[in-house]
Amino acid sequence: MSALLDISDLGIAFGGIKAVDGVSFAVRPGEIVSVIGPNGAGKTTLFNMISGLYRPSQGQVRLDGRDITAMEPHLLARLGLSRTFQNLQLFGDMTLLENVMVGHHLRERAHVLPDLFALSSSRRSTRASADNALALLRRVRLDKGAYREARAMSYGALKRLEIARALALEPRILLLDEPAAGCNAVETAEIDELIAEVAASGVAILLVEHDMKLVMKISAHIVVLDHGRKIAEGAPAEVARDPQVIAAYLGQHGQDQVLHAER
Amino acid sequence: MQLKPKYLSLLILVLLVAAAPLFFPSGFYYRVGALIFINGIAVTGMVILIGYAGQISLGHAGFAGIGAYSCALAPVYLNIPPVAAIAFGAALSAALAWVVGRPILKLHGYYLGVATLGLGILISMVLLNEAQWTGGPDGIAVPDLGLRGLLRDMGLRVGAGELWYWVAALVMILGAWLALNLFDSPTGRALRALHGSEVAARTIGIDVPRHKLHAFVVSAVYASVSGSLLAQMNRLITPDVAGFMHSVQMVTMAVLGGVSSVLGAIFGATILTALPQLLTVFHQYEHMVLGLVMILVMIFLPDGLLPSILKRLKGRNEE
Repeated sequence: MSALLDISDLGIAFGGIKAVDGVSFAVRPGEIVSVIGPNGAGKTTLFNMISGLYRPSQGQVRLDGRDITAMEPHLLARLGLSRTFQNLQLFGDMTLLENVMVGHHLRERAHVLPDLFALSSSRRSTRASADNALALLRRVRLDKGAYREARAMSYGALKRLEIARALALEPRILLLDEPAAGCNAVETAEIDELIAEVAASGVAILLVEHDMKLVMKISAHIVVLDHGRKIAEGAPAEVARDPQVIAAYLGQHGQDQVLHAER
Repeated sequence: MQLKPKYLSLLILVLLVAAAPLFFPSGFYYRVGALIFINGIAVTGMVILIGYAGQISLGHAGFAGIGAYSCALAPVYLNIPPVAAIAFGAALSAALAWVVGRPILKLHGYYLGVATLGLGILISMVLLNEAQWTGGPDGIAVPDLGLRGLLRDMGLRVGAGELWYWVAALVMILGAWLALNLFDSPTGRALRALHGSEVAARTIGIDVPRHKLHAFVVSAVYASVSGSLLAQMNRLITPDVAGFMHSVQMVTMAVLGGVSSVLGAIFGATILTALPQLLTVFHQYEHMVLGLVMILVMIFLPDGLLPSILKRLKGRNEE
C-alpha cells in the first residue's frame, strides 16, 4: 500500500540551530509508526511541522500525494490530520462532553447567525455532536464524567480525553505526542489497546512515546531521532539492536527491557 | 422536569424585570432601570467577546457612539426613520468592526487592548471634532422615535421613563436570549475553545481568525444598539458615549458580575449603573470606584460576583 503521510528531507532551524535536519520517512494507512529519541532530539518539533504549527525551513510533507507543507492547521484538520499534545491542550472551562464536541467542529455547520437564533440547523448540529461525543467518551471510558469540567479531572483522564477529541475529527492520520506520559500501568495498557484499535480501523498513526515497552509492542516501524537527525529506522527488533540507537538512547538497560518486551 | 440553564437564566431575568417596578418608590426609578438595561445590552456583547472568545476590547464605547450618533444624524441627513436608524447604526458598527477587526484581532493580550483603545479614541475624536455634523462637545439633539405618540394614538398614555423601561428590557432580554443560544452552539463552542487554547483550536479545524472576527462584530452590534437606545431615550447625545470611560465601564461591569455568564454580567451592570444614580456621593467618585472595583474583583473574585457566589453555594451542597 502506498504511503498516506510522506515526509521527505524535512528540517527546521531556529536561529542557526537545526532542531530537525533532513528527516524522511513514510506512514501507511493502518500502520503505527513511532518516533523515538532522547529529550531534545526534535520529536515534538517534527510533530509541530507536520501539523502546520511550525513552518519548515526545508523539505516537504505530503498527505496522500498532496503537498501540505506549512499548511494552516485548521485546513490540515479538514484533510484528515489530527493530533494530541505532549503538554495537554484542553479546554479547561468546558465539560468533557463539550471538549469532544468541539472535535466535531468540521462536521458542524458553525455559522454565527443561525447559532445566535438557535435555528433548527444549529440545534441539530449540537445534538448530533453531543451523541457522537458521548459515544467517544464511552470508548475512552470517560462517559461518567461527561458533564464535569475538564479542569477537575485527573491527568490520566485528560490524556484519554485528548485522544477522544482527536478521534472526533475522524482523522485519516493521527499524531500522538506521548499519549502515555504520566499514566500508570493500567492507564498505559488502556491507551495501548485504544491505539491498536484505532490503527486496526485503518487510521495511520504516528506516535512519539518514551515508554519503550509500549513502543516496541505496537509499532510496525520505528524512526529514531538524535540531535534532529534520523539515526536509524526499521522494525522494532532491528532498531533495538542497532548499536547507534543503544548508544544514543536506549542504553544497555533499555535494550534488555525492549528485548524482554518482545518475548 | 429540569429546566435547561438557558431557560432558567431567561426566566430569572424576565421575573426580575417584571417584578422590579412593584418596588419603585417613584417614577425616577424607571429611568434608572432603563439605564441598567441599556448598559446590560452592551455588557452582554462583552460577554460574547471577552467571556466566550477571550478577546479584550477597551474601545467598544466607540461602537456605542456610532449607534448613538446614527440615531441623531441619519434621520436628519439621510431621511431614515428613527427606528431604522438603530439598524443603520448597527450595520455601520458591524461593517467597521469587520474591517478593523481583521487586522487587530491578530494581536493578543495587551496589544489587542491598546489597539481597541486606539479605535475607541479615534471614533470619539471624530465625534468631538466634526462639530458641524455632530455638534461637538455640547452634543446634539436626537429625533423622537415616535413610540409614545404611537401609543397615545392607540389610547395608551405611558410616561417616558416607563416606556423606556419596557423597551430597553425587551431588547436586553432578546439580547440575552441570543447570547445564551450562542453559548451552546457550534460557534459558541468554537469561541470558548479558542479561548481555552488557540493552538488546540486550530488543530481541530477551527478557523480562529474567522471566529474571533464574528465575536468582535456581534459584540460591536450589541454596543451599537445600546448606544442607539441611550440616544433615543435621552433625546440628546454627547461624545461621552463614545469615550474611554464608557469603554472601561462596559468591561468593569462585565468583569464584576462575571464575564463568562450573561446573567452575571447583567448583574454587574445593575450594580455599577444603580449605585451612582442612587447615591449621589458615589457619583462624584465614580471613576475611582470603577478602578477600585476592577482591582478588587481581579484579586478576590476573578470569576466575577455571580459565578463565585454560585460556585460557593454549589460547593456547600456537594460537601
